[in-house]
Amino acid sequence: MNPVLKLLIEGASLTTSQMAKVAGLSEAEVNQHLEQLKKDKIFLGWRPVLDLSHEAAAASAVRAVIEVKVTPERGGGFNRFAERIARFDEVESCYLMSGGYDLLVFVKGQSLQKVASFVSEKLSTIEGVQATSTHFMLRCYKEQGFLLDGGEAQSSRLNVAP
Amino acid sequence: MSTLNDPKRWVAGHVASLPKSGIRDFFELVAKMKGQDVISLGVGEPDFVTPWHIRESAIFALERGKTYYTSNLGMIELRRAIATYVEEHFSVSYRPDDQIIVTVGVSEALDLALRAFCNPGDKVMFHQPCYVSYSPSVTLVHGEAIAVPTYAKDNFALTAEALRAAWQPGAKILMLNLPCNPTGGTCDRTQLEQIAAFCREKDLLVMSDEIYSELTFEGTHTSIASLPGMAERTIFLHGFSKAFAMTGWRIGYACGPAALIDAMMKVHQYTMLCASIIAQEAALEALKHGWDSVLKMREQYHRRRDLIVRRFNEIGLTCHSPRGSFYAFPSVTSTGLTEKEFATGLLTTQKVAVVPGSAFGENGIGHVRACFATAYDQIIEACDRAERFVQSIKK
Repeated sequence: MNPVLKLLIEGASLTTSQMAKVAGLSEAEVNQHLEQLKKDKIFLGWRPVLDLSHEAAAASAVRAVIEVKVTPERGGGFNRFAERIARFDEVESCYLMSGGYDLLVFVKGQSLQKVASFVSEKLSTIEGVQATSTHFMLRCYKEQGFLLDGGEAQSSRLNVAP
Repeated sequence: MSTLNDPKRWVAGHVASLPKSGIRDFFELVAKMKGQDVISLGVGEPDFVTPWHIRESAIFALERGKTYYTSNLGMIELRRAIATYVEEHFSVSYRPDDQIIVTVGVSEALDLALRAFCNPGDKVMFHQPCYVSYSPSVTLVHGEAIAVPTYAKDNFALTAEALRAAWQPGAKILMLNLPCNPTGGTCDRTQLEQIAAFCREKDLLVMSDEIYSELTFEGTHTSIASLPGMAERTIFLHGFSKAFAMTGWRIGYACGPAALIDAMMKVHQYTMLCASIIAQEAALEALKHGWDSVLKMREQYHRRRDLIVRRFNEIGLTCHSPRGSFYAFPSVTSTGLTEKEFATGLLTTQKVAVVPGSAFGENGIGHVRACFATAYDQIIEACDRAERFVQSIKK
């Protein structure tokens, strides 16, 4: 496997120069790998993981998950709906799901009203959308692998041990 | 000489004469630098926390009121799981009923075995550099320790020739620790077969501490107990500390011929009684569902090893690539410093802690032990600092 991709999958937060040292490559080679992965549309981009409950990070802090039921179209199935919905800036992620509804849409907005109006004015008015069910997120405990309470108490490990 | 008022007069002679661990001295030196951004490569344990599913199972056991003693040998469910695990991973079969004993870490298993098998004056061989407690453990049972040297040129594998050269009449026990703390050295199957033949020839009992076996990076680990004619003369010692990141749980086990396990059980029942039931429950969960975590951790260690070995060699500290464990054992002789001078200098000027190799016996002279069970960015930074230190000596 591409050594850079391996490190990306592992999720270690390394700079490109650190990646180079870990993988035994030059920094230029790491950047080449990253460029190639971008060209292949495997690596889509970097994003920071923030604790949005902190006031400093609280811009666009209202987040919701919306279950969407649609009537699939002949020829297009769910894809055309999904692609159309996914293009809205408010939408962070969009998945086709098995089970009681069809699409699961993760939305963020600056306020409750903005998210609500996105749902009522944009999402539910798309032709073919049968129903939506919006769940606002109240509190986050783990964000993309990071525990928000700081995780493990590590500091008391001995510095030197047999 | 102890005077009449000196409390030391009550300390047993063989304990009083035990040297203080070289690790201890260094630990105290590092402790003095608290709060000074020290990167420690001096640890002897994984940087991973025990996987959550294992911790959670221990919490669940407490919730269900599992707070009592277990059988002296350990919970039968755990012994069954150990038998299955050992058969799958080491190709040796042991009966859960009478050939397996659960102990408080491998350290206790080792102590039990020495107390059960070593008469005062019996000779016990072990390869060196080795884990710090091997020689003192022998002294504590009034045995005579015989160190067999291993060398960097052999990747610190134990050779049958070295064993033969060190052997003395009356030698009874051979202690093995492959892969080895502190060198990461281990033996391939052919080397093990030669050692096994030697043990059969000299009628040696083997105590094989295989605590790092899951952390073997190249080839597969072979247990000496799996070789023909060896299970009947081998005590297989293993535990959960390293592979499952469970050092603080203190849980290990020993497997061997029923008569030998029974002898160890006698000592265990009068001293420890049983291992903690909470740790046993956690160990059971580790064996049932922990293998994926082991593989993930091993892959991480593998890449960290490649990183640290490459960097040490670039810096000019000759470092063989350890086939197992999470320790690199570079030579520091190119710097003109002794291992103690190097470790102290690196700590005080660059704030990186490594352990002087002499803490692991005289054959570790000229080397330091650097544990790579730490995050990439820490290893990178520690090696950069070591590079600055080495360059500052050359000037």
